[in-house]
Amino acid sequence: MQNANQSFHKTVVYSIVGLMMIPIIATFVYSIASSWGATILPDGFTLKWYVTLLSDERFLQAFGRSLFICFSTLALSVLLIMPVIFVVYYYFPKLDKFMNVLILLPFAVPPVVSSVGLLQLYADSDIQLVGTPWILMGTYFTIALPFMYRAISNSFASINLHDLMDAAHLLGASTPQAFLLVILPNLKKGLLASLFLSFSFLLGEFVFANMLVGTRYETLQIYLYNMRQTSGHFTSALVMTYFFFIFLLTWLATRFSRGAQS
Amino acid sequence: MLSPVSKRQKRWKPLLWLIPFLVFFSVFQLAPMGWVLINSFIYDGDISFENYSEVFDSSFMLQGFSNSLWLSLWSAVIGLVIATVLVSSLRRVDSKIREAVIAFTNMTSNFTGVPIAFAFIIILGINGAVTLLLKKYGLIDDFNLYGQWGLLVIYIYFQIPLAVLLLYPAFDGLNDDWQSAAALLGAKTWQYWLNVALPVLSPALLGTFIILVANAIGAYATAYALTSGNYNIITIRIASLVSGDLFLEPNLAAAISVLVMAILAFITCINQWLVARSYHAKR
Repeated sequence: MQNANQSFHKTVVYSIVGLMMIPIIATFVYSIASSWGATILPDGFTLKWYVTLLSDERFLQAFGRSLFICFSTLALSVLLIMPVIFVVYYYFPKLDKFMNVLILLPFAVPPVVSSVGLLQLYADSDIQLVGTPWILMGTYFTIALPFMYRAISNSFASINLHDLMDAAHLLGASTPQAFLLVILPNLKKGLLASLFLSFSFLLGEFVFANMLVGTRYETLQIYLYNMRQTSGHFTSALVMTYFFFIFLLTWLATRFSRGAQS
Repeated sequence: MLSPVSKRQKRWKPLLWLIPFLVFFSVFQLAPMGWVLINSFIYDGDISFENYSEVFDSSFMLQGFSNSLWLSLWSAVIGLVIATVLVSSLRRVDSKIREAVIAFTNMTSNFTGVPIAFAFIIILGINGAVTLLLKKYGLIDDFNLYGQWGLLVIYIYFQIPLAVLLLYPAFDGLNDDWQSAAALLGAKTWQYWLNVALPVLSPALLGTFIILVANAIGAYATAYALTSGNYNIITIRIASLVSGDLFLEPNLAAAISVLVMAILAFITCINQWLVARSYHAKR
């Protein structure tokens, strides 16, 4: 009975996951197929699509731009969010409720809607914003915010903030010193896990990039979109390369979050 | 000794750290939102409801709304059902498989937007491998990936990982002893699910459902990449009114945006009401 049940549940899990894997596996096979026309299986295999992709200057540039934007956004977000959470938790715990409402806003307002306002407000501003990577960093900060705020505030809740701060103060540390040398190292794993996950979804962001900047600063997703008319094999190799990075980032995030729990 | 004034200053000084955060948040979140809200009521420089009545008078706009709602409701329902089945089975298999599957869903939850549209063109496009396979066995005559059914399949695909990740922790609230207890009292498995498990899980299920609906209504990249903006959903309408090649009407786009936010708020309110009536609230 127990065994029959086990294999039933295993079958359910395997079949759903199996179905979910079809697009990924198919894309992978397509990316290494020399040609795959109107047949169920491809004709032969080759690595030439990856070679073409990795030697394409435009791809490398777009990828570099995406990495630059993601890194800068995350640095900016940490700089902006960390002090806020510390101040909220250490000095004004009552503000936490207010912050929790505030960070829901990016969820409630789809990026397309935000873009409408952003385009009208900043298209003709004195400081050039629309069409530059800077506006993407600002908007990416807002979409990473709910996620990073929750993850970091969970880490804050799991340490004895006041005891640690009191101990550091007793030993003669100033508040900024205590924060940087005592609190921050304690949050490191939770913070890194949230950074890797944010990185992977920022790398996939398309709406803001397309509406606010477009080809003026071609990111990875925009490049991918612009390549839609080229060979399907080539775009598959592109999608798989992207997927590999997502895999790497998720793997790192899981490793760090497991470390944070133990 | 500190004078009372400087003491008070000292108490409020940490709040200065909130300023940079609030500046960025205002510039990139609050200001655009405010612009949309205000300008949706401005038509030719005057305050009016003209933008809204234009939306309701246009069958093209209404079609966009109904397509968006159809896609998001069905993809949320089907995605939620599949995810519930997967998570409930997942808790009964050994931890190694479980961890691997959770890692896999974590990864696929970021597989959205443009890449997923391309992946589906390969398997379900006109000459896609799966399309050909299904045709060969006579299961389908033809499959149009670039219409509502194709989009529905893709939407369901990207809803499942999100639903799994949101539901997985909620199933911790389900005590295994309850199933044994129910079985001892003579309940069949489906009776246990209907009368014990689902009522306990209902707040989590409803909450997940809302997030899935919001996720689908706001989605833009997949449909845009798949149909080059030709399929009429509401986010594509909004985008084409502010960044298309002709007829830019930002105030009309603002009115549609406000309606989208109103729909989301309305669904959230219903959800809150249902959660308040559910099992957990009664205790």
